[in-house]
Amino acid sequence: MSENMNRIASQGAGSSENILEVRNLVKYFPIKSSFFKRTIGNVKAVDGVSFNIKRTQTMGLVGESGCGKSTCGRTILRLQDKTAGDVIFDGQDVFALSKEELRKLRPRMQLVFQDPYSSLSPRLPVGEIIGEAVREHGIVPKEEFDDYITRVMDVCGLPSYYKERYPHEFSGGQRQRICIARALALAPDFIVCDEPVSALDVSIQAQIINLLKQLQEEFGLTYLFISHDLSVVEHISDTVGVMYLGNMVEYAATEKIFAHPLNPYTKALFSAIPIPDPDVKLNRIILKGSIPSPANPPAGCKFNTRCEQCMEICKHVPPAWKEVEPGHFCACHLYNNAQEQADAENRMEQLKRDAKDKKETA
Amino acid sequence: MAGKKENSSYISGKESRRITKFNRKVTKKLEHERADANKDPALYTTKMRDENNVVEFDNVCTYFFSDVGTVKAVDGVNFDIPRHATVGVVGESGCGKSVTSLSLMQLLQRPSGQTVGGEIRFNKGDGTAYNIVNTPNAIMEKIRGNRISMIFQEPMTALNPVFRIGQQVDEVTQLHHPEMSEEEVKNRTLEMLELVGIANKEGVYNMYPHELSGGMRQRICIAIALACSPTLIIADEPTTALDVTIQAQILDLLQNLKDKLNSSIMLITHDLGVVAGMADYVVVMYAGRVVEKGTADEIFHHPAHPYTIGLMKSKPVVGQKVDKLYNIPGSVPNPVAMPNYCYFRDRCEMRCDQCDGVYPPEIRISDTHVVSCYRFHGKGEVLGYPKSVNVEELI
Repeated sequence: MSENMNRIASQGAGSSENILEVRNLVKYFPIKSSFFKRTIGNVKAVDGVSFNIKRTQTMGLVGESGCGKSTCGRTILRLQDKTAGDVIFDGQDVFALSKEELRKLRPRMQLVFQDPYSSLSPRLPVGEIIGEAVREHGIVPKEEFDDYITRVMDVCGLPSYYKERYPHEFSGGQRQRICIARALALAPDFIVCDEPVSALDVSIQAQIINLLKQLQEEFGLTYLFISHDLSVVEHISDTVGVMYLGNMVEYAATEKIFAHPLNPYTKALFSAIPIPDPDVKLNRIILKGSIPSPANPPAGCKFNTRCEQCMEICKHVPPAWKEVEPGHFCACHLYNNAQEQADAENRMEQLKRDAKDKKETA
Repeated sequence: MAGKKENSSYISGKESRRITKFNRKVTKKLEHERADANKDPALYTTKMRDENNVVEFDNVCTYFFSDVGTVKAVDGVNFDIPRHATVGVVGESGCGKSVTSLSLMQLLQRPSGQTVGGEIRFNKGDGTAYNIVNTPNAIMEKIRGNRISMIFQEPMTALNPVFRIGQQVDEVTQLHHPEMSEEEVKNRTLEMLELVGIANKEGVYNMYPHELSGGMRQRICIAIALACSPTLIIADEPTTALDVTIQAQILDLLQNLKDKLNSSIMLITHDLGVVAGMADYVVVMYAGRVVEKGTADEIFHHPAHPYTIGLMKSKPVVGQKVDKLYNIPGSVPNPVAMPNYCYFRDRCEMRCDQCDGVYPPEIRISDTHVVSCYRFHGKGEVLGYPKSVNVEELI
């Protein structure tokens, strides 16, 4: 097992330190009219997201439900087509690969799903669930197959006699271990964990989080950890990206973003985390209303409808994605410098004039 | 297959038939007793131990007579809900926290689920109390939704998709106050919608549930629960299905309303953070029993039971960096065959020789702090052992 890992790790050692580069990724889901199947609009699930993940690091992706974090994870793995943008995995453009090349790349990037109750086939025994892809991709020679599966299961804390059992015989935590073993069996470099612990109890959550961390150290894995539980993300991630309505609003190293969140949305989100101490007087920023529909997002900054520090300019001009401090990216008009502010104001005047002209001509 | 004997969920055909026969006998008898609508009120009227409590759970046993054996979901649970207080009930899934609240509402899945022992006393306010366990359905219908009401976990499924919001809130008031005119009922509903922070109340009154977001739906559920100004609100995981920012809104709302309406809240959750922010008293449950109870300060700052300590350590906290999370080894014992020693012994890292004995008694270690653990034996007053019901004797 570990030899396998080392082999793959050494392959990529020569290339850059980023294992994954996502540039301006866009994913729209078309809304079709009922009869002629014409596209009458788009659900802008992911609307221009960029980030890099360094080798053997964990990036946390947080946000409310419907903000596009899961879609982002699935699009990176090319489980669905992109609308625009680039995904570079270990120097290869994932969306430029042919079917054959993509198949070769598949074992190197894996996915662990949220719900361990629905993501395991009830008709296959555990050994087959874990081993199916290993055989298909020819990861190990036929005679070593059985031994290999036993070793993978052992690493994930599953005794080998579970091989003949079926998923319904297991509890949630053990099922999640099976899901992780299934992903790990292909000796991947990169795993997208899509809410892997949110369906589990607190004490089981801790077991799974510890397992993920231990596997990362042992095999040099890279994770994209998607979750809405901020305390879990803080614990496991090296960097954190915050998404709101399809856009990344802030991205920085974990300590930085939790100590000094810049974007008003991030501030509100972090202040809402319940802290298990009755003495901590919560200074919650309570956001009004709920997340707008991604099919018809507000103009300008998408957060302007709920933002406490909303300015005139926010309602018209979307903020630029920029590096406010070294390594701390944020998209918010509050951090514009004089030049950017002037540009944004010009743009706002322009937009207002355009709208007026349009009205007059109409 | 060699696994058959090791596999604890395996039962033979003969055994299965015996269980089914037994279950039918027991549930038939219990259902028969409950069906008697003209029961003598003396049978279900009792007195509160302390007039300042709204509800007292006294050795409540709720069992499920399932096809694989009797599941003791709640087995000798003792705790009180004082007036105007928020009591948080914490525990992992399957620990019996929801079943406790369902027993109080008599909303158990019958006939397999039955409260077979103990008393649940609900304060009438005139010096007497109902013993909910024996209360016939006719009386229960007057209490449920009126004096005690419940907010459910899933606002998506708790509302009926084919009725307008207004109708669903109206229904509660109409049912419990038949003397009110239609106009009055509607005004009451609009008042309620305003109270839970819905700005466009006239508009929402005519909407269907699918037109609202999760947070708004939960507000409607709260409005329904509050429509008759109940003395006790049971909130069963009210924010689990919601996002963090919406959770903050809902918790803030609940806290404010409690003060406005002078109600008590029984808050059931698995999130220690939510409990810390809301509750005055905390009850920690494990495998159908209360392992520790006390004020929020005692539970969070001086946790005594190893399970509570483990639970606190296994949850990552924002702003506190730990290398490795603590995890409680092992898992919950099989609910069909509970051991006769402490249920937590096999997972406990602080066990001592006494732990091999019977299930530990409740020990009072301060005025309000009670723990079931042998580590405190001799360090406080022993309040008594949890009483289990022998199901064989029910027939």
